Amino acid sequence: MRLSAVDLACHRGGRDVFAGVSFTVGAGEALTISGRNGAGKSSLLRAVIGLLRLAQGRLTLEGGDPELTIAEQAHYLGHQDALKPSLSVAENLRFWAGFLGKPSSAIDEPLDAVGLAGLAALPAAYLSAGQRRRLSIARLVAVKRPIWLLDEPTSTLDASAQQRLAGLMQAHLGAGGLILAATHGPIGLDKTQELQLDQARSPAEAAAEGQELP
Amino acid sequence: MTALAAILIRDMRIAVRVGGGALMGVLFFLVVVTMTPFALGPDLALLKRIGPAILWLAALLASLLALDRLFASDHEDGSLDLILMGHAPLELVVFAKGLAHWLTTGLPLILAAPLIGLFLNLDAPAEAALVLTLFVGTPALTFIGLIGAAIAVTLRRGGLLLAVIVLPLTVPVLIFGVAAANAAVTGPVPFGTPFTILCALTLASLVVGPFAAAAALRQEME
Repeated sequence: MRLSAVDLACHRGGRDVFAGVSFTVGAGEALTISGRNGAGKSSLLRAVIGLLRLAQGRLTLEGGDPELTIAEQAHYLGHQDALKPSLSVAENLRFWAGFLGKPSSAIDEPLDAVGLAGLAALPAAYLSAGQRRRLSIARLVAVKRPIWLLDEPTSTLDASAQQRLAGLMQAHLGAGGLILAATHGPIGLDKTQELQLDQARSPAEAAAEGQELP
Repeated sequence: MTALAAILIRDMRIAVRVGGGALMGVLFFLVVVTMTPFALGPDLALLKRIGPAILWLAALLASLLALDRLFASDHEDGSLDLILMGHAPLELVVFAKGLAHWLTTGLPLILAAPLIGLFLNLDAPAEAALVLTLFVGTPALTFIGLIGAAIAVTLRRGGLLLAVIVLPLTVPVLIFGVAAANAAVTGPVPFGTPFTILCALTLASLVVGPFAAAAALRQEME
């Protein structure tokens, strides 16, 4: 399986968010996307799964299921946790497992994998930010999809949860999956490709920013 | 199919939990209808004549109450992004959400209608006819409302806009719903004609609503 992007560009609100972005990620590989705030990291991830329209460029997935779109073979862990506060931890996870995958997916093991096994019956409204994040991550474990798109996955996670996430990502890569992660810091993977979005910005924009800073 | 069942069950669960909209709609319906005799005075003949119209108006407004949160809450917490990434076609997901909304807000209204009809001096045959028109007509209100809910999804206070968009579209449903109910109460027009048109309006909205709402959602997500 190989996801390749050639010369991607995205416009929003009349300006270029990013342009000329190319990358190739193969099975078992991870790509980290870094850059300053507003460099278009999140937009790039959303564009890969079609939640944002690309102004130009081409995305191809080789070796995937030809019947399905890239989005249907991908997990997206965005800034929002997609949890309903009035439903319990188990109900939230069971819903996404049923909606994205098979209805009978076991949820005990994924909850255990993110360390929420004891809280299954608690309404999600009582979870802390980090626990909500971990419940979202459990979705990625419950339903198998080959591509993981992670938008700052380690934010709000404590040290042990970050380690747990690193373990889950290693296991995913080991099983032949691929990961695209937008991040400001290391996410605990040994060997990753790196994509620096700052370099892709236009000279005019760079100059404008230079003038603003003292 | 399982994905749609998951949506249906989740939305119904949320609606009946604390903060959900299910009870709100039926309470609003009861309050509006209960207040009417106090406002109009104890004129039984008048109440009987305008009873079906009052019940229909109350049902229309009550079914709009929780509708503005239908897609907005999924948009705000990121669920809509994931729904768009599922295998299930968006049109069918919208249909399932509409069905869940009707089952939790429309159906309780219909169940409460016979009881509340007593306040408006409706006799048993009139109540039966009224319940039948509400049963056939309220799905149309919900599924037309889906379009407004989808258009207002990104607005913070979409409720008013929703009402402005949706209410004019529901006028035909209101006309034929009340006409059918009135025909059963006072005559002399036959019940069948307006009732059949009401059925047709509902069937059309069951198809048009999900497609239009899904198109609006796709447009706004970009």
